[in-house]
Amino acid sequence: MSDTIIRVENLGKKYLIKHQQQDSYTALRDVITDKVKSLGKKIISPWNHKQSSTYSTTEEFWALKDISFKVKQGEVIGIIGRNGAGKSTLLKIISRITEPTKGRIRINGKVASLLEVGTGFHPELTGRENIFLNGAILGMGKAEIKRKFDEIVAFAEIEKFLDTPVKRFSSGMYVRLAFAVAAHLEPEILLVDEVLAVGDAAFQKRCMGKMGEVVQKGRTILFVSHKMDAIRRLCQSVILLHDGELIRKGPTETVVNHYLSGTNLYAELKDRGPAPGKAMHLRSAKLIDEKLNIKDNFAKNETGYVEVLYDINTSLENVHIVCHFVDNEDRIIISTGDCDVSRRLHQKRESGTYKTKFKIPTDILNEGEYSLIFALGVPYGRIYDRLTDVVRFSLSDSREGNGPEYIQRRPGFVLQDLPWETETT
Amino acid sequence: MKELVIEAGRTERQYWKDLWNYRELFYFLAWRDILVRYKQTVIGILWALIRPLLIMVVFTVVFGKLAKLPSEGVPYPILVFAAMLPWQFFANAFSESSNSLIGNANLISKVYFPRLVIPTSSVIVSFVDFLISGIILIGLMLWYNFWPSWRLIALPALIAVAFAAAMGAGLWISALNVKYRDFRYIVPFVVQFGLYISPVGFSSSVVPEQYRLLYSINPMVGVIDGFRWAILGSDASFYLPGFLLSIGLVALLLTGGLWFFRKTERTFADII
Repeated sequence: MSDTIIRVENLGKKYLIKHQQQDSYTALRDVITDKVKSLGKKIISPWNHKQSSTYSTTEEFWALKDISFKVKQGEVIGIIGRNGAGKSTLLKIISRITEPTKGRIRINGKVASLLEVGTGFHPELTGRENIFLNGAILGMGKAEIKRKFDEIVAFAEIEKFLDTPVKRFSSGMYVRLAFAVAAHLEPEILLVDEVLAVGDAAFQKRCMGKMGEVVQKGRTILFVSHKMDAIRRLCQSVILLHDGELIRKGPTETVVNHYLSGTNLYAELKDRGPAPGKAMHLRSAKLIDEKLNIKDNFAKNETGYVEVLYDINTSLENVHIVCHFVDNEDRIIISTGDCDVSRRLHQKRESGTYKTKFKIPTDILNEGEYSLIFALGVPYGRIYDRLTDVVRFSLSDSREGNGPEYIQRRPGFVLQDLPWETETT
Repeated sequence: MKELVIEAGRTERQYWKDLWNYRELFYFLAWRDILVRYKQTVIGILWALIRPLLIMVVFTVVFGKLAKLPSEGVPYPILVFAAMLPWQFFANAFSESSNSLIGNANLISKVYFPRLVIPTSSVIVSFVDFLISGIILIGLMLWYNFWPSWRLIALPALIAVAFAAAMGAGLWISALNVKYRDFRYIVPFVVQFGLYISPVGFSSSVVPEQYRLLYSINPMVGVIDGFRWAILGSDASFYLPGFLLSIGLVALLLTGGLWFFRKTERTFADII
């Protein structure tokens, strides 16, 4: 059919994970020593054709397995799933950043991606210069940028700072400018990866408005997000990925509800491996109880902990790690940071792997499901790593005083036992 | 709109068309690098003039005055500078492009565009430096009242050869550096070493006749000799078989570089 704009057929992507290696890149020395080692083994036991031990450290990992779907012209498709489900890999392949291992994609139209706002911004250059640079990187011509220049500046609200280097911008201004440039691309297919997670509420609203406008113009959008309300508002249908497989594709409500229904608790984010290019990097996270058992459901007032492992790759000052507890309606119920209680952490942190742990506030949370967002970076400044929906747990209320008459969830964001004092007079 | 097919191992037929569509990016990346380089410096673009000028002075004193090497009848500073131009261009392009892909890792892992744009832009940046230091040569020639001959018209062709050599070497080193970071240690060494084994501070006429062809295995020998032939009008340093050999090697370097770059380019985003 002619109005099918993207056709994905049996798509697969394989990564090789090296377990021993510290760095993500190969050193020539290692290649040479590996070759010499395996040659040596062959000389010593030429008939032993088992794989040599140097290769056993490499593991195959399929980030995407046999994905097939079609997208029609003008459709807005949401892609949801847990972290590591393959959502971003899928977008990366569609946008041609990396190539698939298997299968193929047929695309009829110009693709532009908003994989991360501000990619290609240079801190030393001014706002004006960065608009041109970023526009060119995203595939706009000079004439096109000139034409849209005023519109971009107006959208970002940075008129006064056009000739200031962006390194002096506040993070809000930075994000606004970056989104403004990207939003003024005019591709037939737009890929959006979690860009709406930044900026203040008013700006997010405007971003959503802009996306709606793009939809009105009959453009096709693939939209990755953990924000179910955004997905519900924008998308007609949704693709659910799990461990690299397409679990379900269908109308938004059905798939989102399926995703949110209780089977989706996960108490652990498996080690994501090192990322030497990032200053701070979240490695893994898990929910545990007092006996260190991994657990995805807690009772009201039960003792539970969130344990996190993260890397710092260059020594940093004045950084912190924060965690937001988010309920099913995407509202942040409580936010906590490791510097809240310890001034000492504000001081310099050397590079290395850090392990940290804090108590789940089961004493104040109401019944329901909660997912955790982690952000690592400078307070109200630069964010080095941010991960949404890292773990998800449920909290059930079975307190002693709760007799069978309390059949429904108690109203309110929080639920805390207050010491009522009652006496007869 | 033609259908685009993304598939494993497919050498996109679209590639060269894409490269054309992104032609303005060559300019923008080069423009960015030039802008950024002289931000927060006091004398700015003058740095592009000072460095080659100082090396020229040192070489004139060491090779011309102290070692008293032959100058082919032209002022020694001009002899040195006519060679400094292509050499500096090559050396800068080589070291700039070696780090270019890694320096733009965030772009490579986030946005699609033909990766060839990145090292090429580095070469273009070095080419701008080359044009700027060309001013010094003109200044020197006016100072010594030295007039070039009709051979100067061959210069654009020779500049093209120098450009091809810089591109070829740059493509190889940038692609290799993505996977094997060892190469970033090799680059400064090659640049330093190359300055002395190439006929920059001296004329290649000092190389014994029977070794001239062997000497021309260094492709920059042909380029530098060509520059001297065109600018100074000196026949002494020009040796045709050696020149042809150098040209052939430059062509090989460039096509090999293109082939290798295209072959490895697809995996850049995964391994960078």
